[in-house]
Amino acid sequence: MFLTDDEKRMRDGAEGDAVAAAMDLLIRYGFALEAERLCDIRNVAGTMTQPSPVKARLVAEGGWDKAFAVINLDSDLDLSIPSMRVPTCQLQQGFGPDSVDIVPYPPANVALQEDAESFYGRHGVNILATCTPYQVGNLPLRGEHCAWMESSAVIYANSVLGARTNCEGIASTGAASLTGKIPCWGNHLDANRHGTHLISVQGLRVENFQDWGLLGYFAGGVAGEDRPVIVGSISRPDLTELKHFGAAAATSGGVELYHIPGITPEAPTVSAAFGGDAAVPSAAVYSPAERRAMYETLNEIGSCADVDFVLLGCPHASVDQIRRTAELLDGKRLSSSTELWIMAPRSLKVVADRSGYTEVIERAGGRVLADSCPAMSRAAPAGTRVFATDSAKQAHYLPAILGIEAWFGTLEECIDAAVTGRWNGELN
Amino acid sequence: MSGIILRGRTVVPGTAEGEALVSHEPISGWGGIDPARGVIIEPRHELFGVCFAGKILVFPSAKGSSGWSGFFQTTRLSGTAPIGMIIGRISAKSALGAVVTRVPAITDLDADPCEVIATGDWLLLDNSTVEVTKR
Repeated sequence: MFLTDDEKRMRDGAEGDAVAAAMDLLIRYGFALEAERLCDIRNVAGTMTQPSPVKARLVAEGGWDKAFAVINLDSDLDLSIPSMRVPTCQLQQGFGPDSVDIVPYPPANVALQEDAESFYGRHGVNILATCTPYQVGNLPLRGEHCAWMESSAVIYANSVLGARTNCEGIASTGAASLTGKIPCWGNHLDANRHGTHLISVQGLRVENFQDWGLLGYFAGGVAGEDRPVIVGSISRPDLTELKHFGAAAATSGGVELYHIPGITPEAPTVSAAFGGDAAVPSAAVYSPAERRAMYETLNEIGSCADVDFVLLGCPHASVDQIRRTAELLDGKRLSSSTELWIMAPRSLKVVADRSGYTEVIERAGGRVLADSCPAMSRAAPAGTRVFATDSAKQAHYLPAILGIEAWFGTLEECIDAAVTGRWNGELN
Repeated sequence: MSGIILRGRTVVPGTAEGEALVSHEPISGWGGIDPARGVIIEPRHELFGVCFAGKILVFPSAKGSSGWSGFFQTTRLSGTAPIGMIIGRISAKSALGAVVTRVPAITDLDADPCEVIATGDWLLLDNSTVEVTKR
């Protein structure tokens, strides 16, 4: 891989051992990718604070410097970690102190994470604590090169914002934060941003949150790690619908970039979505039969209709989703056997608190929680056996992570389950 | 006994010898494996419940969350890692995953490794070649 003189200086230790270790990781990673060079970035979204057993052991052995060296730089050296070289944010993490009486989550993790926030805050990490940094002020520009992880954020940044990032990991974002560099490979290059698969919606209209999630789950299955282009009978989506669509496509497949001609920025037309001169492939049809098949796949883990737990806000909820939840719960009371959590970025929870939505949800017996989610923290209400969600991503992952059954439906069906304790959802 | 030779591109240099574990489906890291045990935990997966520790893992691609590399790094730190990786199609997730697992890894082979290699075959992975001895 070609290195500039500056990059060679970093590799050789001119900016300290930690930066040299970061450059060493980027060189190993660039080799693995067969990247020709690195590109300059000024926007990193990674994860450092999230507690784990391995991290707790490393911190006990050598403090946060050691934990960052091993986990975020993949280095065995004793390093002193400098301040972040470029703007860097923490994605979703574990639960915080305000969750202690609500979420069964180890107090030692809460304490470890508070310690981490203090360390990383001093080193210039913005503790956004959300899987949706684009909802809370981290909005890269079109064409901007970034180093982001979190598959649902990566697909949003590439597709909806037109920024350029691969689906990075903990070590590559750690190395990027100390160098401002990332391999110039994959989604960073024009030639790799054109559509590969055409999906045509026919015989139904995709126009609500659930349907965008089902279509995303289908698109991931069709396109795998490639780039679907969506055409046909769709309404104009909003942020929450594309947040759900992208998270689902990145779950059933490995989609990091899609185009919706006329809506997303790099695809003014179908032809442009496929790169202008390339032939447009024949379409995979998404009809009522495919829609039902996706719905049934997401619901195949569920057999018991007694719902213990309703989980909303995956990816982290928008203010509008919190407001809708409050509207549906206003004047109601949750079943005594059911809990309801809606996950949100902390800064949007502040808006929900101030707007009175949190109070309405709490009066009904529900909770608005920040920073984390049951999947990230492996934590659900005690005794949960069956959960319901409006998120295709959570319906896919949580059964594996927590060993529980899942129901996937609309927000209205989830609220009904929370109030009655029974699942009555069906595909309309 | 001489076997089939596959040629490819080195992802992580080195040699590894051992038994193949072949997945025909992409593998998830976060939500797909339990790094403490080195076991695949995705309920819909063909290798659900199967342990990959000490095996040479042969798989078409990585899917799902960007936690992929971190989860495989944790298998190394927990002593449950595979001893090599043969990757059908490389991506940022699997490339970084192989790097931080620090095991020999190869991709871009001259035949589809998930078709040529079967679980239980004996493999010698040597930088840019794989020697397959059918079991």
